Amino acid sequence: MRMPDTSETLLQVEGVSLAFGGVKALRDVSFDIRKGEIRAIIGPNGAGKTSMLNVINGFYHPNHGAITFKGRTRAEMQPFEASRGGIARTFQNVALFKGMSALDNIMAGRTLKMRRGLLWQMLRYGPALAEEIEHRHRVEEIIDFLEIEAIRKVPVARLPYGLQKRVELGRALAMEPDLLLLDEPMAGMNLEEKEDMSRFIIDVNNHYGTTIALIEHDMAVVMDLSHRVAVLDHGVKIADGTPNEVKKNQGVIDAYLGIAH
Amino acid sequence: MLYREAGQFKTTYAEDMAIFPIRQDRIALGILLGIAFIGVPLLADFDIWPFGSDYLLRAILLPFLILALAAIGVNILVGYCGQISLGSGAFMAIGAYSAYKLGTGVHIPLTWLDFAISIPPLPVLLAILLGGLTAAVVGILFGIPSLRIKGLYLAVATLAAQFFFDWVFLRVSWFTNYAPSGSVNAPTLDFFGLNVGTPIERYMLCLIFVTAFAVLVKNLVRGNLGRQWMAIRDMDIAAELIGIRPLYAKLTAFAVSSFIIGVAGALWAFVYLGSWEPLAFSIDRSLQLLFMVIIGGLGSIMGSFVGAAFILILPILLNLIPTQLGVPLSTETITHLEFIIFGSLICFLLIKEPHGFARLISIGKEKLRLWPFPY
Amino acid sequence: MIALGQFLEVLIGGLMSGVLYSLVALGFVLIFKASGVFNFAQGAMVLLAGLALVRSLDLLVAWGFPVWAAIILGIGFAAVIMAITAWLIERFVIGPLVNQDALTLFMSTIGVTFILEGAAQMIFGSDAYPLRLFPTDAWFLFENLFPGGILVNKLDVWGGFIAGILVAGLAIFFERTKTGRALRAVADDHLAAQSVGIPISWIWFVVWLAAGLVALVAATVWGTKLGVQFSITFLALKALPVLIIGGLTSIPGAIVGGLIVGAGEKIAEVFLGSHIGGGIEYWFAYVLALAVLLVRPQGLFGERIIERI
Repeated sequence: MRMPDTSETLLQVEGVSLAFGGVKALRDVSFDIRKGEIRAIIGPNGAGKTSMLNVINGFYHPNHGAITFKGRTRAEMQPFEASRGGIARTFQNVALFKGMSALDNIMAGRTLKMRRGLLWQMLRYGPALAEEIEHRHRVEEIIDFLEIEAIRKVPVARLPYGLQKRVELGRALAMEPDLLLLDEPMAGMNLEEKEDMSRFIIDVNNHYGTTIALIEHDMAVVMDLSHRVAVLDHGVKIADGTPNEVKKNQGVIDAYLGIAH
Repeated sequence: MLYREAGQFKTTYAEDMAIFPIRQDRIALGILLGIAFIGVPLLADFDIWPFGSDYLLRAILLPFLILALAAIGVNILVGYCGQISLGSGAFMAIGAYSAYKLGTGVHIPLTWLDFAISIPPLPVLLAILLGGLTAAVVGILFGIPSLRIKGLYLAVATLAAQFFFDWVFLRVSWFTNYAPSGSVNAPTLDFFGLNVGTPIERYMLCLIFVTAFAVLVKNLVRGNLGRQWMAIRDMDIAAELIGIRPLYAKLTAFAVSSFIIGVAGALWAFVYLGSWEPLAFSIDRSLQLLFMVIIGGLGSIMGSFVGAAFILILPILLNLIPTQLGVPLSTETITHLEFIIFGSLICFLLIKEPHGFARLISIGKEKLRLWPFPY
Repeated sequence: MIALGQFLEVLIGGLMSGVLYSLVALGFVLIFKASGVFNFAQGAMVLLAGLALVRSLDLLVAWGFPVWAAIILGIGFAAVIMAITAWLIERFVIGPLVNQDALTLFMSTIGVTFILEGAAQMIFGSDAYPLRLFPTDAWFLFENLFPGGILVNKLDVWGGFIAGILVAGLAIFFERTKTGRALRAVADDHLAAQSVGIPISWIWFVVWLAAGLVALVAATVWGTKLGVQFSITFLALKALPVLIIGGLTSIPGAIVGGLIVGAGEKIAEVFLGSHIGGGIEYWFAYVLALAVLLVRPQGLFGERIIERI
C-alpha cells in the first residue's frame, strides 16, 4: 500500500468537547489528520464518531477546543467555510438530493467552482453554456471513475442503496476536496459492494492524493485501508496509531468486548 | 409517426443538455408554438369559430397565459426551492400597484423638507418590469425569515405578507391615487407607439411575455442555480455542507419567483382586468396559484401551464356539461362543486403522484416510447 | 391621555376574543402534537361543525322539539358529523400520506379545507345563520370606579369558561388516559409507536375527532357571536399566528398566544389604528407572529429541536 508522501498535518483537532444538554458526545478529544493519508476513526456505537465529523465540517459547534485546518486555528468551523476550504463529506444515512438525477446530484457538487451569475445562467448562452459544458466534462470523468454511466439520468430515489452511496461519493469528489470525510461508506453493503467501495477509496487516495478520514465498523476493511486509526469510546479517544498498534491495544480490545471500566 | 428516439445519437454534451433531447418532442413543441403565435391570430383575423366572439381569447386564453406565468413564479419557490408560499396573491398585487403608480407618475411630497420626489409616468413596458422588480425586492424582504424558519412556519410568514398587503392597498389611498371607490384603471397600453387594445393584441403581448419568461426560467432551473434550489429543497443540510449558501439560494428563489409573480400581477391588472380592486389579489388567488402548481406538477415548468389550464377550464366545464345534459346547476353549487373537486384532486395527487399531471404526461411518454411492448 | 377605564375595557374585550382564537388553536395543537400535521383545515372544521349544528337546530325546532332537546340532539348530530369527517380524513388523506414530509401533509390539509368548505356549504347552505346558545348581553363592572363602568360581554365570559374546561379536559386526557399516553408516543415517533403495538390509525382518528369536537365548541361560541357563516374560516385562520406565537406543540402556548393576539390586536386597533387608517386587526396577528419568528422561532412555549444528520 502507498504511504502518504508527507507528514505535514492537514487538520488538527485539539481538546474538543461537545455536549447536548447533559449528554457528553465528545470529551477532550485530540487527533490529527496528515496530508495524503487515509485516517480511520473507529469505536463502538455511540462513541462520538459522527459527532467528530460534524465538528470538523462545522455542522456541530464544540463547547471547548480548537480546530486547525490548513494552518488556521479556530474554535469552530462553519459549514460554508469548511466546504470552501475543501472539506467534502458523505453521510451515514445517504443524504442525496432525492428529487434530482444522479448527474444533477454530482453537478451540484460543482457549485463552488461555478462562477456565472443569475443573468448569464438565465440566458444559458456563450460563457454560461461553456461553463456548464466544462463542468459536465469533469463530472462525466467522475461518473466514469465510479462506473455509474448507466444511471446518470435516473432520479437517485429510484437507485438501490449501494449505488446511492456511490453517487454520494461522486458528489463529494466533484468538489475536488482536499479532505474527504466518509461516514460509514460501507454500511449495509454486501461483500462485493464493499470491495468496489474499498477500491474507489484507495483509488481516490492514490490518483487524486485526497486525504481521507473515514468511519467504518468493518474491522477488516479498516485495517486494510487505513494508514492510521483513532479509536473513540464514550466520547473519549482511547487509542491512536497504526492498525497493528491499535489491534494490540488492551483498551481497544476491552472497549469492543464490553469490559466495564 | 412513431414516438421513438432510436437512431438519434447525441455527440456533444450541449445536445444532451437540450430542453427536449428527443426530436419528436421538439416537433410537437414547434407545432404548439406555431398554433399559439400564428394559428390563433390568423383564426381570429378570419373570424373562424370559436374565435368569432373573442370569448375564447378574452375569457380563457388571456387569463390562462397570465396565470400560467404566475404559476411558473410560484413553482420556482414552492416546486423547485421547497419554500411554501401562501402570499403569492400579495406579490401579484405589489407588481400591479407598483406598475400602476409608475405608469401614472409617482409623487411623494416630503413636506417637512419642503421637497417632493416626482417621477413622470413611465412607459407601460418599463412600468410592468419595474413592478416586477418591486415585487422582487419585497419578496427578498419576506424571504429573509426563511433563513431561520422552515416549512410550516414560513407558511405563516407568507400569510403575513398576504394580509398586510391586502390591507395596505385597501387603506393607503396613495397607492390608488386617492380614487374614492378604491378601484383603479390601468393606463393606456402603449408599447413603443403600438397601442395594445383588441383582445388579439393583448393575447399576443401576454404570449410573448410568457414564452420569454418560460424559456429564461427553464434555463435557470436546469443550470447551477436551479440545482442549488432543488438541493435546498431536497436536503438543506447536505446542500450547505457541499458549499451551497442557503442565504443565496433561498433569496434568489424568492427574488426570481416574486419578480415573475409581480410581472404576472401587473399583466393581470393592466391587460386582463383593465380596472381592478385589491380583492383581485386576495388569499383566494394565492391558494388558486398554489393549486395550479400542485395539480400541474411541483418542479415542472410545463406543469405550471397544465395546472393553469386545468383550473381555468374545470369551472367552465362544470357550467357547460350539466347545462348540456339538461340539469343546469346554480352558480353557488358550481362554486361548491369546484371546491370539492379541487380539494379532492389535491389530496389525490399528493398521495398518488406528487409531481402532478406533468409527471403523468412523462410517464405516458415513457410508455409510448416502448409501445407496443409493456417494457 | 387615554382613560384607564377605556384601556381596561379594550384589554378585557381583547383577552376574551383571544380566548376564541385559543379555542381554534387548541385543535391545531392537538393534531400537530399527535401527527406532525399542520392542519390548515381547522377553520373549515369550525365552519362545518357550526353549520351542522345551526341547521339541525333550526330543523328540529321547526319540527316542534323543545329547545333543550333540540340543542342536545343538534350537538349530538354535529358531533357525529365531526366523527365521520375525522374518519374520512384519516382513512383517505392522512393515513395514505404517512411518512410524507411535513410540507406535503400541510398542502393536503389545504385540499381538505376546500373539500370541507365546499361540502359543508353544499349540504347545509351558504348563508349566514344566527345561533343563540349563550347570552349576548353585557355586564357593566366597577361602575363606582370608572365613569360608565367597564363593559364586559357575557358571551366572552362564557367563552373563557368553556375554554378553561376544555383545556383542563385535554390536560387530563393527555396525562391520565391510556389513549393520551399512546398519543404522545405517536407524536414522538410513530414508527416506534407502531412497533410496540399502538394502533396508529385509531390514534389519529381520535386526534382528528378531538380536534373536530374542539372545533364544534369553538363554533358554538363564535356562531353565537357572529352567526355561522363562511367568514368564520378567515377568523379561524388567525389561529395560525397564535400557534406560532405560543409554540406549535404547547397547549398552554395556544392559550397564552390566543390571549396575546386577542388583546394585542384590539389595543393596537383602538390606540394605533385610528392614526394609520384602521383595520389593523386584519393583519396585526400575522405581523406579530412574523416578529416572533424572527426573534424566537420555536415560539414562547415551544421546544427547541436539535437537528441530526
